Amino acid sequence: MEKRVTFKGIWLPLLLVLPQILITAIFFFYPAGQAIWQSLFIPDPFGLSMQWVGLGNFEYLLSDRFYRASFITTAVFSILVTVVSMGVALYLAILADRLIKGSGTYRTLLIWPYAVAPAVAGVLWLFMFNTRVGVVTWYLGLLGYDWNHVLNEGEAMGLVVVASAWGRISYNFLFFLAGLQAIPRSVIEAAAIDGAHFWTRFRTIVWPLLSPTTFFLLVVNIIYAFFETFGVIHTITSGGPQQATTILVYKVYSDGFVGQDLGSSAAQSVILLVIVSLLTVIQFKYIERRVHY
Amino acid sequence: MATLTLNNVKKSFGKTDVIHGVSIDVEDGEFIVIVGPSGCGKSTLLRMVAGLETITDGEVQIGGRRVNEEEPMARDIAMVFQNYALYPHMSVFDNMAYGLKIAKVDKAEIADRVNQAAKLLQLEPYLTRKPRELSGGQRQRVAMGRAIVRKPAVFLFDEPLSNLDAKLRVQMRLEIRALQRELGVTALYVTHDQVEAMTMADRMIVMNGGVADQIGKPLEVYANPATEFVAGFIGSPPMNFLTCGLIGETGDDRIGIRPEHMRLADAGEGRLNAQAAFCEVLGAETLVHLRCVDGTQVTVRQDAAKAIPDEGTNVGLSWAGANEMRFDSNGQRI
Repeated sequence: MEKRVTFKGIWLPLLLVLPQILITAIFFFYPAGQAIWQSLFIPDPFGLSMQWVGLGNFEYLLSDRFYRASFITTAVFSILVTVVSMGVALYLAILADRLIKGSGTYRTLLIWPYAVAPAVAGVLWLFMFNTRVGVVTWYLGLLGYDWNHVLNEGEAMGLVVVASAWGRISYNFLFFLAGLQAIPRSVIEAAAIDGAHFWTRFRTIVWPLLSPTTFFLLVVNIIYAFFETFGVIHTITSGGPQQATTILVYKVYSDGFVGQDLGSSAAQSVILLVIVSLLTVIQFKYIERRVHY
Repeated sequence: MATLTLNNVKKSFGKTDVIHGVSIDVEDGEFIVIVGPSGCGKSTLLRMVAGLETITDGEVQIGGRRVNEEEPMARDIAMVFQNYALYPHMSVFDNMAYGLKIAKVDKAEIADRVNQAAKLLQLEPYLTRKPRELSGGQRQRVAMGRAIVRKPAVFLFDEPLSNLDAKLRVQMRLEIRALQRELGVTALYVTHDQVEAMTMADRMIVMNGGVADQIGKPLEVYANPATEFVAGFIGSPPMNFLTCGLIGETGDDRIGIRPEHMRLADAGEGRLNAQAAFCEVLGAETLVHLRCVDGTQVTVRQDAAKAIPDEGTNVGLSWAGANEMRFDSNGQRI
């Protein structure tokens, strides 16, 4: 028996999917097409004319030392953000899963950071770690540690990673908790009777059964780290010091809107698009095979 | 293989007492069925023996050793769950081998024991399959296999057949019993189905609201129920209960007569008059449902060869005094 809804005509289904198609077309296909088109030109400084350069923008970018450095920065940044936000979220979810009393309150409180806009989260963390008036900076000073993310590249990276991962933990936590609670109690109990202690149970039963959730979060978090962390980086470091936190998406902005090199910026967007598509394809092709649904 | 002793075992969740003290000495190799309606605490009792619930008061001994404080894995038990609780990401073989692998049993021996269990349970063709590729009955067998390979002292069954269809249930009932006898392992079996209790148990514990109303052999319990609850719960169709007033006596006592002990007589004869309501013809026997003057429903079980009264006709009911059971207003047998 056919389980899906089937339509006789073509017009009703077309009408039903039209809003989605329109949104995708206006906000994705059109700008993406524009970016691809613009990446083939260099506009003059006043934006009055454009000169055809073919793949010149790409050639220039790929031989650019700073652009290649930005690749490494992006890789480090997104891996750290994903690992930190998923790791902490999983840990909290395991604790919450064992909670009997007050789990509702605990859950609600943990979800709040997700409601904070990235830029606002950035400002929050910036205040705490401000080199002159930051609370955390002051306490670190008492401990004899001189915190200065404005000058120290490692500290700058650490701060943007923490600020980006922070709000994300809530989101990941929700999914992990739901995933954990979907594992039947009796399966865990059966494993306990079979002699498996907590860690063995986690490794051999819980983790494999949680893998669909983990896989989904991996894909979503990497995409988040690539694109949506712009606000955090913009408010905290503006890509500095010495471009140490200039991830690809930030470079698109700084080269295009600050440096006014729209051709190069467009070419970068195109490269970014290709990278994320490739990453997602790889994830689905190779990692998904190890997932137990 | 071991004895199992419950000594005044109690359980409370916060201020709510769910089990008010159950005691029983289970002999080595005995098959004990805990039966009762849902919410009577039978599963909780089993889970306390398994170590999945803490014991509020009293003592559980397995093989003469107190296990109250032991982790489930240290109690030398195996449990079969209602939903089977198979590991969905593992093959049938790995499901059965899991406990042995954790116990670091030699690989050759694991393969040996799993294959032996698979043979016993006719699971050999399915060893490489995942649980989702099996039927309900096969999953049930895998759960049994997982319990068998560990060679535990006590088997615990938590309503293992209630997810199967009626026909399979009857078949698995026999298989479980045969298997337990063959292995000689002490077993504790929880069910809400009194037929399972009657057919499988060496002795049964009839639970009602956290109290073991009666512990005894199936036929003893059937013939000689200790309380009105047990009398009504064990036996199908259930026992008929009449108030004293209905047969012209005084007092609050209630009288119980099993449907097979009642006979239909002509109107005005017998000890009680009733109106035939409807009949269930089962082939070998017929169940005649009747309504007494005060509205009490009564069922008579009679041979199929006997005459069936028409709906609405008045008949008399008679029974031998020896088959009459009396219960006081607290439901206790007099």
